[in-house]
Amino acid sequence: MANEVVDHGRRRFLTAATSVVGGVGIVAAAVPFIKSWEPSARAKAAGAPVTQSLKKIEPGQQLIVAWRSLPVFIVNRTPEQLATLPKQDPRLVDPKSDGTSAEQQPKYAQNETRSIKPEWLVMIGICTHLGCVPDFVPAIKPEPFDPNWQGGYYCPCHHSRYDMAGRVYQGVPAPKNMEIPPYHFIDDTTVQIGVGPEGAA
Amino acid sequence: MAKVFASIGEWVNERAPGLMPVYRKHMTEYYAPKNFNLWYYFGSLALLVLVNQIVTGIFLTMNYNPSAAGAFDSVQYIMRDVEWGWLIRYMHTTGASLFFVVVFLHMFRGIMYGSFKKPRELVWLLGMLIFLVLMAEAFMGYVLPWGNMSFWGAKVIVSLFGTIPVIGGHLVEWIMGDFLPADATLNRFFALHVIALPIVLLLLVVLHLAALHEVGSNNPDGVDVKHGPKGNRWSPSAPVDGIPFHPYYTVKDLVGVGVFLLVAAFIIFFAPTFGGWFLEHDNSIPANNLLTPAQIKPVWYFTAFYAIVRMIPSAFGTAVWGVLGMFGSIALLFALPWIDAGPVKSIRYRGTGYKVALTVFVIAFLCLMTIGMDLTAEYFPKIFGAGIDITLWENVFGRFMTLTYFGFFVFLWLYTHLGWEKTKPVPERVTMHD
Repeated sequence: MANEVVDHGRRRFLTAATSVVGGVGIVAAAVPFIKSWEPSARAKAAGAPVTQSLKKIEPGQQLIVAWRSLPVFIVNRTPEQLATLPKQDPRLVDPKSDGTSAEQQPKYAQNETRSIKPEWLVMIGICTHLGCVPDFVPAIKPEPFDPNWQGGYYCPCHHSRYDMAGRVYQGVPAPKNMEIPPYHFIDDTTVQIGVGPEGAA
Repeated sequence: MAKVFASIGEWVNERAPGLMPVYRKHMTEYYAPKNFNLWYYFGSLALLVLVNQIVTGIFLTMNYNPSAAGAFDSVQYIMRDVEWGWLIRYMHTTGASLFFVVVFLHMFRGIMYGSFKKPRELVWLLGMLIFLVLMAEAFMGYVLPWGNMSFWGAKVIVSLFGTIPVIGGHLVEWIMGDFLPADATLNRFFALHVIALPIVLLLLVVLHLAALHEVGSNNPDGVDVKHGPKGNRWSPSAPVDGIPFHPYYTVKDLVGVGVFLLVAAFIIFFAPTFGGWFLEHDNSIPANNLLTPAQIKPVWYFTAFYAIVRMIPSAFGTAVWGVLGMFGSIALLFALPWIDAGPVKSIRYRGTGYKVALTVFVIAFLCLMTIGMDLTAEYFPKIFGAGIDITLWENVFGRFMTLTYFGFFVFLWLYTHLGWEKTKPVPERVTMHD
């Protein structure tokens, strides 16, 4: 105990070095715990394509199938419903799906009807606001939430509205058009969801 | 017998001489102002509910099955087959709602009497943290029965984080541990609800009380008794207007406990769902990932904040604004000690502007709640005729109330920082001495 001179520089260096190494250790130790919250291998594996026959879907009807546990709307749109689509453009956020919604559909469905075949709408039925499943309100008649309703989707959670192509109206919380999944027609009456048409990106 | 207890006490005291001083500091020699009124019940009641939640919660975990396949059925099992299980669960669910009732009133008391002001900013901040943890705790508990409202509530609340640009989508998957609320989500929420958050909550409550006892309690006059005249019946150095917390306020609080338990028992036995407000009817349907309930809304205590999310539309291709608005509405409460620079604490001696502003603020909060509860959607057509555009009217009404909510903080800042407030003189001592 004869050493009465304290080397403050050395002490500061040792304190700082210990703290830094300790801090790095804590961060490194936290990584496995944080990563353990990622979707597990089992959750990731459950995502095979789904095949659905269209024979029993009458014009104007909607069928909901599960793909990756997500609800996929398959709608057989009537000519009247298709005729309403162009008229909605001025009231929509992104009518051509080339602005904020450019990534919401594959290239082969980036058109006025947002589909491969005009009558068949295949769409992930998840509101782009906070993930609810919007209600299918196909009738063209005044609704409590919109006196000028032209048919489409109404989200019960936060009252976002979409037209018959899943395009979002202006002035609602949802920012984007609903997502179109990759899909293709195996034949005239069978659709496969999860895989795009051959040759399409 | 008394001799035995005395000798045990002595034995402990010899080995841990620090215990009795701690007890005295926080109980028999904690001098609280003698003019507490009705508003001062809610702190101790919050503690009571916390104990209730922990005890009933422990017993619920004994029969609850935290898995997507078994959760819903295990809750029904608790309700039907476990002896007294229905009572334990109703005590827990009613306790959750009453927790927010007493906490909201406790917070309002703090705002009304300026209890958040210097030197009690830390008490307020710790209290706000408790409120935040409580909201997380309540939300995760709400998910556990795995009914359809649980599922969609989880989906919507977790999706709030998805609106954050760039990282949002991945963040949502990280929180859920899947691509939608699933087994992994339920399990981690269970772990957080029964272990992690209660530990944090208890720690914060201890710190909240420690910070309070360091600076002393405020009172309806906003007079600092600690810095007033000294000397009372118990000690010449104690505040003249202070009385020992124990036995005076412990006994007073027991009266509050009695009334509170009466109300709670009435709800538990006669109206446990409280007309769908405490327990929602749609949650009696098992979780269904393909079907959103027709009317989805959070439990009543989240409705005001939820209405703010709904009222703010998306802009620039993102829905993050509504979420920012909601978090902002809570963040502003955190900042209250610095927004309100008025030197006078209690509403009794503050300017008329403050009284009006606080009243308007409360009205705005209640109106936002009615929107969040979908009461406006139900009653607007009845009041204004069936032909009206509900969305439009709800938006006009709700956006006005949202602006009013935020306007309160803006007004308060201007009012106190620019010296517009005309206060009344604050008395030297609390008004009801001797």
